[in-house]
Amino acid sequence: MKSYPKILSKNFEVPHAQHIGVYLSGGGYEAARKVYTSWKPEQLIEEVKKSNLRGLGGAGFSTGMKWAFIPKDSTRPHYVVVNADEGEPGTFKDRYILCKDPHALVEGILIACFAVGSHKAFVYIRGEYVEPIRIFREAVREAHEKGFLGKNVFGTGYEVEIVIHQGAGAYICGEETALLESLEGKKGFPRLKPPFPAVKGVFGCPTVINNVETLACLPPIVNLGAEWFAKLGCEKNGGTRLYSVSGHVNRPGLYELPLGTPLREIIEEHAGGVWKGRQLKAVIPGGISASILRSDEVDIKMDFNSLARVGSMLGSAGVVVMDETTCMVTTLLVAARFFAHESCGQCSPCREGTGWVLKMIERIYEGHGRSQDLDNLLDIGKNMMGNTICAFGDAAPTPVISYITKFRAEFEYHVRHGKCDLEDRSQKSE
Amino acid sequence: MQAKFQMSSELKTELDKIVSQYETKQAALLPVLNLAQEKYGSISPEIESWVADYLQLPLMKVREVVSFYTLFHAEQKGKHHFQMCRNMSCMLRGCEEMIEYLKERLKLEDGQTSQDRCFSLSTVECLAACEMAPMMQLNDRYVGPLTKESIDQILKEIEINN
Repeated sequence: MKSYPKILSKNFEVPHAQHIGVYLSGGGYEAARKVYTSWKPEQLIEEVKKSNLRGLGGAGFSTGMKWAFIPKDSTRPHYVVVNADEGEPGTFKDRYILCKDPHALVEGILIACFAVGSHKAFVYIRGEYVEPIRIFREAVREAHEKGFLGKNVFGTGYEVEIVIHQGAGAYICGEETALLESLEGKKGFPRLKPPFPAVKGVFGCPTVINNVETLACLPPIVNLGAEWFAKLGCEKNGGTRLYSVSGHVNRPGLYELPLGTPLREIIEEHAGGVWKGRQLKAVIPGGISASILRSDEVDIKMDFNSLARVGSMLGSAGVVVMDETTCMVTTLLVAARFFAHESCGQCSPCREGTGWVLKMIERIYEGHGRSQDLDNLLDIGKNMMGNTICAFGDAAPTPVISYITKFRAEFEYHVRHGKCDLEDRSQKSE
Repeated sequence: MQAKFQMSSELKTELDKIVSQYETKQAALLPVLNLAQEKYGSISPEIESWVADYLQLPLMKVREVVSFYTLFHAEQKGKHHFQMCRNMSCMLRGCEEMIEYLKERLKLEDGQTSQDRCFSLSTVECLAACEMAPMMQLNDRYVGPLTKESIDQILKEIEINN
């Protein structure tokens, strides 16, 4: 098996790495100290731009560019908000960082605060992450004790405080403006953009929102340089990625590999191949919101640009593998149920659309599908896309459109015969 | 008339500390509700009114938030709350069978709590632990991959400790 450098996961196997002593003995906080004592914010932003670090929450926007949008002449306070509301089905990477290397996140936050002139960071962690919150809280306490957080960071007189904010179970709060609303004590309704958070974010102040994994990349970028980081990945996609692999593979788990690693290699080599000696049927490459790929489409590089070119997305890098026995109507039912449950209800096309979609797929699943259902589903999906305030309205119809388009015959069989052709096939072979 | 709800003074001190971390009182709403629910087991209408007074918010704003977020609930849950994930990766690895098995063992349907308040069973969306699919959250703890045998084992341990 090909092996690659471990950057983000280097401490995952180190015993007690969540304690500051162990983190320090591995060179921890050297990057933040260097930045605070000898760098200028502009220099840091330039370095991160050069590294080709992109937002690893899923949107893939250049981190350096995002920072540069913070107005220089603003007299209001600036905030860093950390998106740890990990909830994209198929994704579990941020949990590993929070639990196994929490100081990497604290150090990343320190670096980001310095870049954008912020003295306070809010870390929004999903409510179910009780254990990760406990571990991260302890890391923040330790960093405070050492003087890395508080009123006098590294003796420079610069102040940084971290506030941990526990969510309460709403997928939509992973959308950055819904997250800001939630942080302000409201229901998670996404905001209209513009104004963008860089200008008017939390409490109406300039705000940078970064994902956990993105921030964890900052210490190594500072320590080893932007060029080194950029070279780890591929064109315009710097660094490595924590790929969450689950579903029908022999070794489900988290694999750190360079951006641009072929999807087939991830499935067959790192995750041990499709389980039970079965054939591959389909793969979701970047969380449930990404277009599905058929087994003949997996010879593709896993980076933002390559997946966008084939109409899918790298997203959160949550790779969900399906073997030949998977019923696509069932998988679409699961996806539709999820989106109907999580639609926040603000925009009509999404609120109503996700409900209709679910009802129709349930009908097909239960064997009462009507001949016009499939085309109606595609129609509803297309009418949701681009017609809502946030990207949820684009995500929700993506499984609908991609599963039905790519596995049309299977859906048609379900509608016509009221059952799965896989069932029929397995009965015939018995 | 019902006596007005009184928040424990110990918790009140903790809440004051939380509120002081935020720029506005309203911003502390989620953490305040989270702590209150942890302490009292649910968000009753009395707690809602208390929180509204405490954070100087219209009751409507508190109600809106409590009803929006899945983790807040008005009814008391059982001492052991089984939250079974039914999203994609768990489905692919057989969560439906595990959910049916647990329903049978607990004699509960989705969303129900046993009369003795020992058990609650819910199905939930992705908990972000797909590598341990099929999995569940048992109170604060993530457990997986689940098998009928591991479910039996967990129920046996609960029985012994009761």
